[in-house]
Amino acid sequence: MPTGIRPVTDARQRQMAHPQVQAWWQALDCGFAPVADVFEECLDEALSSFSRAQMEAYIEAARFIGKLGRGPEPLLAFLEEWPAVAAAASGDQEPLLPQVMGAIRAMQKSPNSAAITPFLQTLAAVAKRLQSAEQIELYIDIALNLMVRTSASIHGHHTTFPSPGLPAFLEQAPRLLGLLSTAGLRNWTEFGIRNYGSHPERQVEFFSLKSADSHAVLQRERHGTLFADVERSLDLYLRALWRDSDLLVPYSTAFDELRQPVPYFDKLGMRVPDVFDDAHGPAGIVSGLNRYRAVLAHMVGHRRWSTAQIADNWSPFQRMAVEFFEDCRIETLLIREYPGLRRIFLALHPQPRQDACDAETTSCLRHRLAMLSRALLDPGHGYTDPVLLDFVRRFHALLSASESSTAEIAALALAYVAKTRRPSDQLATIHFDDTVIDYRDDNRQLWKFIEEGDEEQAFDAERKLEPGEALRGLPPRRYPEWDDASQTYRPDWVSVYEALHASGNAADIDRLLQKHAALAKHLKRLLDLLKPQDKVRIRYQEEGSDLDLDIALGSLIDFKSGATPDPRINMSHRTDGRDISVLLLLDLSESLNEKVAGAGNASGQTVLELSQEAVSLLAWAIDCLGDPFAIAGFHSNTRHEVRYQHIKGFSERWDDTVKARLAAMSAGWSTRMGAALRHAGHYLAARQADKKILLLLTDGEPADVDVAEPGHLRADARKAVEELSARGVDTFCLSLDPKADDYVRGIFGKRHLVLDRVEQLPERLPLLYMSLTR
Amino acid sequence: MTDKTQYLVRQEPYYQVQGQEVALYEAAYHARLPVMVKGPTGCGKSRFIEYMAWKLGRPLITVACNEDMTASDLVGRYLLDANGTRWLDGPLTTAARIGAICYLDEIVEARQDTTVVIHPLTDHRRTLPLDKKGELVEAHADFQLVISYNPGYQSLMKDLKQSTKQRFTAFDFDYPEATLEAQIVARETGIEQSVAAQLVKVAQAARNLKGHGLDEGVSTRLIVYAATLIGNGVAPRDACRMAMVRPITDDADIRATLDHAIDATFDANPA
Ligand SMILES: Nc1ncnc2c1ncn2[C@@H]1O[C@H](COP(=O)(O)OP(=O)(O)OP(=O)(O)O)[C@@H](O)[C@H]1O
Ligand SMILES: [Mg+2]
Repeated sequence: MPTGIRPVTDARQRQMAHPQVQAWWQALDCGFAPVADVFEECLDEALSSFSRAQMEAYIEAARFIGKLGRGPEPLLAFLEEWPAVAAAASGDQEPLLPQVMGAIRAMQKSPNSAAITPFLQTLAAVAKRLQSAEQIELYIDIALNLMVRTSASIHGHHTTFPSPGLPAFLEQAPRLLGLLSTAGLRNWTEFGIRNYGSHPERQVEFFSLKSADSHAVLQRERHGTLFADVERSLDLYLRALWRDSDLLVPYSTAFDELRQPVPYFDKLGMRVPDVFDDAHGPAGIVSGLNRYRAVLAHMVGHRRWSTAQIADNWSPFQRMAVEFFEDCRIETLLIREYPGLRRIFLALHPQPRQDACDAETTSCLRHRLAMLSRALLDPGHGYTDPVLLDFVRRFHALLSASESSTAEIAALALAYVAKTRRPSDQLATIHFDDTVIDYRDDNRQLWKFIEEGDEEQAFDAERKLEPGEALRGLPPRRYPEWDDASQTYRPDWVSVYEALHASGNAADIDRLLQKHAALAKHLKRLLDLLKPQDKVRIRYQEEGSDLDLDIALGSLIDFKSGATPDPRINMSHRTDGRDISVLLLLDLSESLNEKVAGAGNASGQTVLELSQEAVSLLAWAIDCLGDPFAIAGFHSNTRHEVRYQHIKGFSERWDDTVKARLAAMSAGWSTRMGAALRHAGHYLAARQADKKILLLLTDGEPADVDVAEPGHLRADARKAVEELSARGVDTFCLSLDPKADDYVRGIFGKRHLVLDRVEQLPERLPLLYMSLTR
Repeated sequence: MTDKTQYLVRQEPYYQVQGQEVALYEAAYHARLPVMVKGPTGCGKSRFIEYMAWKLGRPLITVACNEDMTASDLVGRYLLDANGTRWLDGPLTTAARIGAICYLDEIVEARQDTTVVIHPLTDHRRTLPLDKKGELVEAHADFQLVISYNPGYQSLMKDLKQSTKQRFTAFDFDYPEATLEAQIVARETGIEQSVAAQLVKVAQAARNLKGHGLDEGVSTRLIVYAATLIGNGVAPRDACRMAMVRPITDDADIRATLDHAIDATFDANPA
């Protein structure tokens, strides 16, 4: 914790440790002592993700909020929550900040200024749920709409009374969004406004989820397959069937009734609707889940087989035709991989009637292309137009021998446009019925435009890099770092500071263990089964590994003298004792403070909290097994400051002192993995044990604020693992990063596990340890 | 003296060659170098060794290792009979005496103190000391030691000591490439090549999830099981579910995904 705050009567006079922070504090012009108390910490968090320009905007907004005349509360909420909100919206505060400030101004101008604080307090939790700036804006619209329509309609004259339901609504918002899409939330809110707009008490009941009909409407709105519920299934689908994977980003479907948004993908991920209802068509029902799968399969097809074409030379009509043809080409290839896909595609694909479009009055190109698209996929299409049939034949001829290519199929598409051109194609009325194929993406990736030029400006805005104040205490230990580019070590490059982890309340850990009592019981049974490794002799065995000569001779004498011999003349060996030392190394970087998404985690725990539970259980389990173990955490803030914190030493017992440190576990800063591995490894290497295991728990890849090139710290971490292996230390990594596949094998080889469902960590970590040492 | 013909592989086992492994193995055998075959479970390691034993006309003694196995189980022990005690050779000793190929299957399952008894057989000494009996067995000129090992295990315990590893030449096995694997399945079970290819497709979908909720993918052996069921009249989708999906996972999401892969592969009605 940064210190240096001296109690001064006017908070404005407070001195901040760092000059830049001091400048911002002055810019904030804030006289609230509670704000001064936490200002440095809030900034710390913001600095780790905001560029300088973003920082300025953040401080400016905070200054405005501090001057609303509503005390320190809204300002505190904003300073604390905003970085998390921006992070949830992919770090993109630009479009969001004005929205939020607009909402605050609107509340301030109306009699609803008391709602500003709850609004800001739940905003981060809401953002966590919604995960995109666009969705958060929709949420704000819903809240403002509720405010406007429920403020002071009581006496029918000028607005003077605040909305009774708004604060309740804002408090419930995170929970509601766990259950509803934004569309569902709007419908639910609408119901409350319409029915209780003029009953203050019942309105409050409704919006605080205390009335029966509030629940009933909630339930009703939960129709369709919510993206949040199938996210994991979709990830598995991409990996299993297509060996693909990407970030899946939901967009809202409910607010654009005229122009439905369309799926697409770009560098940042694959965009899909936030909810899909089952589709009921003439060919049967397609479940919401299968609709998602169809969307993803189609995008995968483009990613595999499409190459972007230069758009500038082609007319919009030509481009439209190319898109239809190319969509059909990749779907044909997809069906070739998985024939069962045809059924799903056809059930979702419209079947335009041949004569539905009047070419005298309407532009029919879309209609023609949609029919053609149907015919290209559906052998039983039944169309009779000879030109269409001819092009279907030519299409299949191109694809019969090979995959064809985007360019080749584009040529066919152009030929089709030329062949079927009609003057009426230019008409303004376009025939749209039965021409929209909603599982197809918008094809933005199919085109490149020379005109626009390359605007791939990597906006790698400068990040915060002030090294924190030097640590007091032990002098640092210096470690080399591997420079992959030059294939040499940078000697004494990284400074590792050791410290004892701060202490909290040991009872907290006991409470966590209590919470998992059932799991602990289950684990206990497994622990008892774990075979220890050293041998102990067991005598008097009928079957055994060796003859026990003393007993055997006795039996033989009995036998020869006619007595019944004892058949238990063998001995065997039982194993006893394990000779394993293990060090559990915890990544305590900032990202651990993120809440875990996913259905199984309704309570909104952070990764840190889950890790704490998991580590407690693991420590308890290892303690049961009697293996000597140590626990340490690390994080870093440039190469000058890697902090390595002891939580439990090998010689310490698993007792309240250790639990108290575990209870105080906190996260911040970055992940300079190699140095931490080396430091932990040097403790392990010094131990006497048959097996020395370094178990690393992390939620991300090696990174630090002073390193721009991500490969560098990865290569260094891999090198560290190799060094340890040579010294007899086995490193195993449990990663909570869903994107870990890209790099974790490179660092740890096969000795890693990526945990897809973070909420299962408390259960999986002890089980992993057991399976590693079985 | 033990009758070595009982250990001969009489019929040519079906083995689908995948690369140069046959020639390389012959070279290793020629020099009597110890061999390690590595690879995931059910990918054809045992089948390969059986085939090589047949091809070389050598007796094959296979020992399935487990964690309760002791050195005596390999080397031999004294037994008691009417005339006193009698020594009984273990399979390793027998193999060394008669000049067989001794195949220690899943060697990592055995504890490390058991594993070390093979060391003197694997270097230039080619001897096996029977401490209890006070005999030093010189290995027969034709004797060869082969071990199998599945490196996919997560357990850090189930790893061979460097000192053991460094005594072997090694073959890396993996599931065969898709068309080959389909051929193998068709040949083993008599089902149609096209159906076999579909089974392989489903298996590959499961293999893609290794590390994402699955510890091991679907082995060739499981595909062969599914194909056998199909050969006996079970519908392909049911056979896949029963032989390839249910055995490997209890995770509902993974099961649903693989079931979907089965439907998509066999073009069944989506629901
Ligand atoms: N190349 C191949 N030729 C013929 N059959 C094969 C081949 N590869 C795999 N198989 C089939 O796969 C089955 C499993 O192979 P095998 O028993 O040799 O596996 P393994 O690698 O020894 O497995 P484990 O590690 O579990 O012992 C065989 O019974 C056979 O049907
Ligand atoms: Mg085998």
